Amino acid sequence: MANSTATAGPLRNRTAEAFLHNPALGPLGALVVAIVVFSVTTSTFLTVDNLSLVVQQSLVVATLALGQTLIVLTSGIDLANAAIMVLGTMLFARLVTEGSSPVLALVVGFVVCAALGGVSGGLVTWLNLPPFIVTLGMLTVVLAAGRLYSQGNSWPVTDPVLGLLGEGGYLFGQVRVTHGMTLAVVMFALVWYALTQTSWGKHVYALGNDPEAARLTGIHVGRTRFSVYLIAGVIYAFAAWQALGRIPNADPNAFQTGNLDSITAVVIGGTSLFGGRGSVLGTVVGALIVAVLRSGLTQAGIDSLYQDVATGVLVIAAVAFDQLARRRSR
Amino acid sequence: MSTPALQARGLVKRYGRVTALDGADFDLYAGEVLAVVGDNGAGKSSLIKALSGALVPDDGTILLDGAETRFHSPLDARRAGIETVHQTLALAPAMDIAANLFLGRELRRPGPLGGVLRLLDKPAMRRQAQEQLDALGIETVQHIGQIVETLSGGQRQAVAVARAAMFGSRMVIMDEPTAALGVKESRLVLDLIRRIRDRGLPVVLISHDMPQVFELADRIHIHRLGRRAAVVRPGDASMSQVVSLMTGALRIGEDGAPPDVSGAE
Ligand SMILES: Nc1ncnc2c1ncn2[C@@H]1O[C@H](COP(=O)(O)OP(=O)(O)OP(=O)(O)O)[C@@H](O)[C@H]1O
Ligand SMILES: [Mg+2]
Repeated sequence: MANSTATAGPLRNRTAEAFLHNPALGPLGALVVAIVVFSVTTSTFLTVDNLSLVVQQSLVVATLALGQTLIVLTSGIDLANAAIMVLGTMLFARLVTEGSSPVLALVVGFVVCAALGGVSGGLVTWLNLPPFIVTLGMLTVVLAAGRLYSQGNSWPVTDPVLGLLGEGGYLFGQVRVTHGMTLAVVMFALVWYALTQTSWGKHVYALGNDPEAARLTGIHVGRTRFSVYLIAGVIYAFAAWQALGRIPNADPNAFQTGNLDSITAVVIGGTSLFGGRGSVLGTVVGALIVAVLRSGLTQAGIDSLYQDVATGVLVIAAVAFDQLARRRSR
Repeated sequence: MSTPALQARGLVKRYGRVTALDGADFDLYAGEVLAVVGDNGAGKSSLIKALSGALVPDDGTILLDGAETRFHSPLDARRAGIETVHQTLALAPAMDIAANLFLGRELRRPGPLGGVLRLLDKPAMRRQAQEQLDALGIETVQHIGQIVETLSGGQRQAVAVARAAMFGSRMVIMDEPTAALGVKESRLVLDLIRRIRDRGLPVVLISHDMPQVFELADRIHIHRLGRRAAVVRPGDASMSQVVSLMTGALRIGEDGAPPDVSGAE
């Protein structure tokens, strides 16, 4: 193998290396460009109210994408995340409507979501089943469970605790900040910390890179992989709580494309579907890019179908970029 | 006769219909460099995988300083002070050199930062990693924060060897550590092996490079068809005799065969 680092194109390689070290750099640039473009071309985009709205609209998908990021880093994928979340919203809303205390409803919802994440994780880890298939099955099962449990109704969010994350105040008297936004910042910060500042995070990246190498270095590959799915399940429960702050009813048919939207955010954020590369920061940026595009294109009067086209193109571009940056570094 | 530092008797490992280990014996004595040679597919890597916990043999026993031991995972062997450079290197390509050196045994900050918040001590890991590479004379690597997949094949091998040298406290096992190295880097690894031995640790070296084996080894374990065919001293045997033993053209006990020293000390 030739030593390409020392010989060919040092500058090019240094750029590639910078991206390898921080794959969120590209998406961050794209986000800045998008914000600038929409600020210049529309008069309504760059307002405090609109920007706050953009963030609020991205919260649920961003939270789903946070759990998805963990799983994708282990070279897995979770197709069931939105279904688990929707079941969580049903549990929260129906239990409270039927008279249980909101705290109890939250506890039950969190436990169920975590357990469902754990079931996927257990099947992937100890039965060695492909994550795509496991979570496809989970998607179908959990979706049906949600519909059965809903009894064909949507359940209203009647309790202030359930709707809490949609509430909030104003920063500097004019920037609307919801509790959901604050919670999301805390959660992203926590997961960032765990992934980058602890051994557990190093092990997640290592097993996503090469599970056999991770095993040979003494990492508990199985335990770590399982923990990722379990934690993702808890994060989906938070997403469910986030969702109830934004919608008036828990509806079993809501967030039908939540799973794909979360994958979109993860991929646009520069996390590799092959595992072992990516970051939480990238996912924040990815989720914001999707929300900014939607908002900006709407305000520029462009049909929402074209927004889908733009998002799709971005996904493919992000994956192509990931491949390119890696090939250059070789 | 002293007790071997590491001993194996009758190791068996089957992969479906392939028998990788077919009743293999192994002895490693304190302070020696033991070379393991054999044809491709003879089962050398399978042998050292069994000795380093990377695979659990179907049958046979492993004795560490005379006491029977069972390694259920690589971690068990690592905890016993056995460090291994695997043929596949076992590096995480998207992570940097420092992270790879400390993979699976990261350092945490002292006090509550490390104890409660589990905060990694990245500066210390970087410092120690750099010190280690400097001490080994590995200069080809430019900086410790370089991503492993951007390294050349030889540089990667150097990282894997550095890791084993750094943490080996009982013995170091190397599976073809110089296969991808240039002349200069090979010499570095050979010097390194000597230095590990001078530290008092025995070294197992798998190699196809006969001159290298004869230069370095105290004894040569010849592996053939999943088991130990013979053990000879470099002084007693010629390279062509060792090659004949490897291929089965010569058998131990035959006229002209070098003396077997498998149980010797
Ligand atoms: N994971 C596995 N699955 C199936 N067969 C295997 C596996 N690992 C090794 N083998 C088989 O076991 C035999 C011994 O392989 P091993 O890797 O131990 O040989 P080796 O002596 O290290 O060879 P080389 O010099 O090429 O590295 C080979 O026939 C190989 O095909
Ligand atoms: Mg081998």
